[in-house]
Amino acid sequence: MKVALRIQRFNPDTDKSPHFEDYTVESELTDRILDAILQVKGLTDGTLTLRKSCAHGVCGSDGMRINGRNALACRELIMNHKQPIVIEPMKGFSIIKDLVVDMEPFFNKYKSVKPYLINDEAAPAKERPQSEKDRMKFEDTTKCILCACCTTSCPTYWADSDFVGPAALVAAHRFIFDSRDRAGEERLDIVGEKEGAWKCRTIFNCTDACPRGIQVTQAIGEIKRKEIFG
Amino acid sequence: MGSGPNMGSGTDLTPKVHRFEAIVVGGGGAGLYAALALSKEKVQTAVLSKLYPSRSHTGAAQGGIGAALANVEDDNPEWHMYDTVKGSDFLADQDAVELMCNEAVETVYELEHLGLPFNRTADGKIDQRKFGGHTKDHGKGPVKRACFSADRTGHMILQTLYQQCIKNEVDFFDEFHVMDLILKDGVCRGVVAYEINNGSLHIFHAKAVLFATGGSGRMFKITSNAHALTGDGMAVALRRGVPLEDMEFFQFHPTGIYKMGILLSEACRGEGGIIRNGKGERFMERYAPTIKDLAPRDIVSRCIHQEVLEGRGVNGKDYVHLDLTHLGAEVIEKKLPDISDFVRTYMGIDPVKDLIPIQPTAHYAMGGIPANKDSEVVGDENNTVVKGFYAAGECACVSVHGANRLGTNSLVDILVFGRRAGLSMAKYCRSNDFAALPANADEEVKAQIDRLRSNSGEERTLTLRSDLQASMTDNCGVYRTEGTLKKALSDIAVFKSRFSKLHVSDRSQVFNTDLLDAMELCNLIDLARVTVEAALARQESRGAHYREDFQKRDDAKWLKHSLASLSNGKVDLKYKPVVMGKFPLQERKY
Repeated sequence: MKVALRIQRFNPDTDKSPHFEDYTVESELTDRILDAILQVKGLTDGTLTLRKSCAHGVCGSDGMRINGRNALACRELIMNHKQPIVIEPMKGFSIIKDLVVDMEPFFNKYKSVKPYLINDEAAPAKERPQSEKDRMKFEDTTKCILCACCTTSCPTYWADSDFVGPAALVAAHRFIFDSRDRAGEERLDIVGEKEGAWKCRTIFNCTDACPRGIQVTQAIGEIKRKEIFG
Repeated sequence: MGSGPNMGSGTDLTPKVHRFEAIVVGGGGAGLYAALALSKEKVQTAVLSKLYPSRSHTGAAQGGIGAALANVEDDNPEWHMYDTVKGSDFLADQDAVELMCNEAVETVYELEHLGLPFNRTADGKIDQRKFGGHTKDHGKGPVKRACFSADRTGHMILQTLYQQCIKNEVDFFDEFHVMDLILKDGVCRGVVAYEINNGSLHIFHAKAVLFATGGSGRMFKITSNAHALTGDGMAVALRRGVPLEDMEFFQFHPTGIYKMGILLSEACRGEGGIIRNGKGERFMERYAPTIKDLAPRDIVSRCIHQEVLEGRGVNGKDYVHLDLTHLGAEVIEKKLPDISDFVRTYMGIDPVKDLIPIQPTAHYAMGGIPANKDSEVVGDENNTVVKGFYAAGECACVSVHGANRLGTNSLVDILVFGRRAGLSMAKYCRSNDFAALPANADEEVKAQIDRLRSNSGEERTLTLRSDLQASMTDNCGVYRTEGTLKKALSDIAVFKSRFSKLHVSDRSQVFNTDLLDAMELCNLIDLARVTVEAALARQESRGAHYREDFQKRDDAKWLKHSLASLSNGKVDLKYKPVVMGKFPLQERKY
C-alpha cells in the first residue's frame, strides 16, 4: 500500500537551511519505517542520506525524530504511526546532511565520564566473583547502545550543550554501581560537576525516548543519591 | 568543500597520508580485541571502521560464548573440541580448534576482568547455558557451556572492548571505508580508505594491517546480517590476489523471524524452546533423537526445509513455529528479554503465549581470508604467509568452523583470534621496519570512484542488489544443485554487466552513502561469484553445503579446503588439505 513520508532535507553544498520534502512509497504496514525511507533512497532519490546498519534496534545507527519523538527508524513499524510520517534528524547536534548529524560531541561526552571498568588490583586466576544482587544493580544501564535518542530529546541539553547529557550519565551509572569497579569516587566527582547529574531537571524525555527501555531518569536519580549519601 | 557537476571527478584529490605501526580495519569484537592487545604492547595503532565501532555487528550476537569453564556442570575443553570438529563436519583444522577451545577459557576470564557483565550463578560465578551442538563427553547429551549476559552477550563484548580501547587511548578513524590493501612484492604496506564524512582519500602507511571486517550475509535476501555486512575486507583481499577459503560454506540459522530474517538466538532452544511444524509436532525428535532441537544449525535448517517440502509447514507455507510458551514468563523475560522484545516489536505477538513463525536466515560465512593460528594471512595452497597482512573474525577462515560453525563459536573465534592477531602483529611490528609505500598507492581506488561517479546508466543499486539477493537465496541457499548453481552463475554474470551501468545519483562529497552503497554492492557481487563457483565445484554434501544431487559427504574426494581466486573475470579453484588430529572421521549423527 502507499505510505506517505515527509522528510527533512539538508544538502550542505546547496542549502542554507533545512526544508521538508514529501514522498510516497509502496510499503507494507508491517514494514519498518527504515524500510520505507530506504525505498525513497533506492527508488526515488539516491541523494537522501541517513545512517543505518543492523535494522533491528541493536546497533544504534538510525536514531531520528519520527512524528516529533526520537526513535530508531528500524524499530518503528509503519502501522503504528500517523501519516504523513514526519522524519527529522535528532535535535541538538549539527546536521551534516539530511538525517545525518555530527556525533562527535556525543561520543566525546561519553568518553568524559571514564566509561570503562577501572580496577588495578591483581586479577584472580578465574572470574572476579559478583553476586546476582550486585550484578542486577547496573543491569539496566548495560543495555545502552549509544544511539543518542535520549540526549537529543533532553530540553536541558538543547538549552545547554555543555551538559554531559543522559547517555553519558547512563554510562557513568553502569560503572559506579558495578561492585568490581574501583573508580567510583573519581567518576562521581566528574558527574557531580555542575554540567553533570545535577543539571538533570527530571523531565523524563530521555526515558520516553530510550529504544532499549532503560529507566534513564531513575539511573540519574540513583547517581544523585549516591553523590549525597555515598 | 565545493559542489556542482565538477565534483563528479575525484582525480584531483590529494590523499592524506597517515603512518601507524598497526592498522586494524573493522571495529567489531575481533578488531577491538586486537587493538586492545596492540595498545597494551605499546604499538601505535589505529582502528578504521566504516561505522562507529559500537555499531558493529558483534553487538547483535545474542546467545553466548562457548568456553568449558565447568561452572555449572562437568565440562572440559576437549569435549568442546570434539563438538566443534563434529559440528564442522570434519572440515575444521583440528590444530586450530584445539588452540581455540583451550584459549577460550582464559579469554572469557580476561573479558570478565575487563568488565564484561556476565550473568552470574547463585555463588557469583559466570553463569552458563546449553547451546546447539554442545555436548558432554563426546555427544552423550547437552552441556551448559555458553557463558552469557542475558541474550545480549555480543553487545556486552562490543561495549567492553570499545570501552577498554578508549581507556587505552587507541586512535579511532570512525566512518572510514577501506577500499584497498597496499600490497607489493608479497609485503603489506597499508590501506587506502575513503572518509565518508567528506569524500576524501587517505593512505594509511603501516607495518601490519589486520582485516577484521566481518561477514557478507547481505548477498542473501533473508539474512540476520546488518546492512553493513557486505564482505568489504574479503572482496578487497580477493581483488588483490589473495584467494578466499571455503566460501561455499555459508550458515543458515534455523530461527530467523519469518520474512524479516532477524535472528532469534539458539539460546531460545538452549533455554528449552522447541520447534514445531504445521501439525504441532516436535519434528527434531525424528531427525536428531539424542539432542533434538539442540542439533547444529545446518541440520535444523535442513529439517525445517524438509518439513516444509513435505507439506508440514504452517498453513502450507514456508515456515514453522518456535515454541517458547512452556518456558514461562520469568525465564523469557529474564534470560531472553531482547528476543521477546523483537518478537513483540516486529511481529506483534507475545512469546509467552504465542508460537513464533520462523524460517532459516543467512547468518554466517564459515569461509573467508585464509589465516593461520597467529592470524597471519596465508596466500596460497602451501600456506605461504603474506607478510604484514592479518585477518581475524568472520572475514577470516582459520579454519575453526569448517563446513558448519557451532553456535557460540563465532564469539570464541573473534575473541581468541582477535587477541592473537594483536599479539602477533605487535611481535611483527617490533622486528620489522615500515616497507616503502609504492607511488600512487591510491590509483586504483581513484579509478574505481571515478568509474562509479561517471557511469551514465540507469541501473539502480537497490534494484540490482535485490536481484542478487533473490538469486542467491533461491539458488545458493540451504539446498543447492548443479542446476540452481549454474542459474546463479549466469545471473551473476548479468549482474556484473548491469553493475557497469549503475547510476550513482548523489555527486556530493559529503556523506555520500549512494556511492558507498555502490561500492558495497560491487563487493557483494564478486563474493557471490566465488561462493557459487566453489559450491558448484564441490560435488558432495558437507555441513552447510548441501547438494541435492550429491547428498553424501565424500571424504575420499572432498576432505579438503577450497581456495578461490578471481583474476581477469575468471575464478580459479585450488585446494589444500584439512589438518586432522585426535578426532577421526565418523558419520555425523546427533
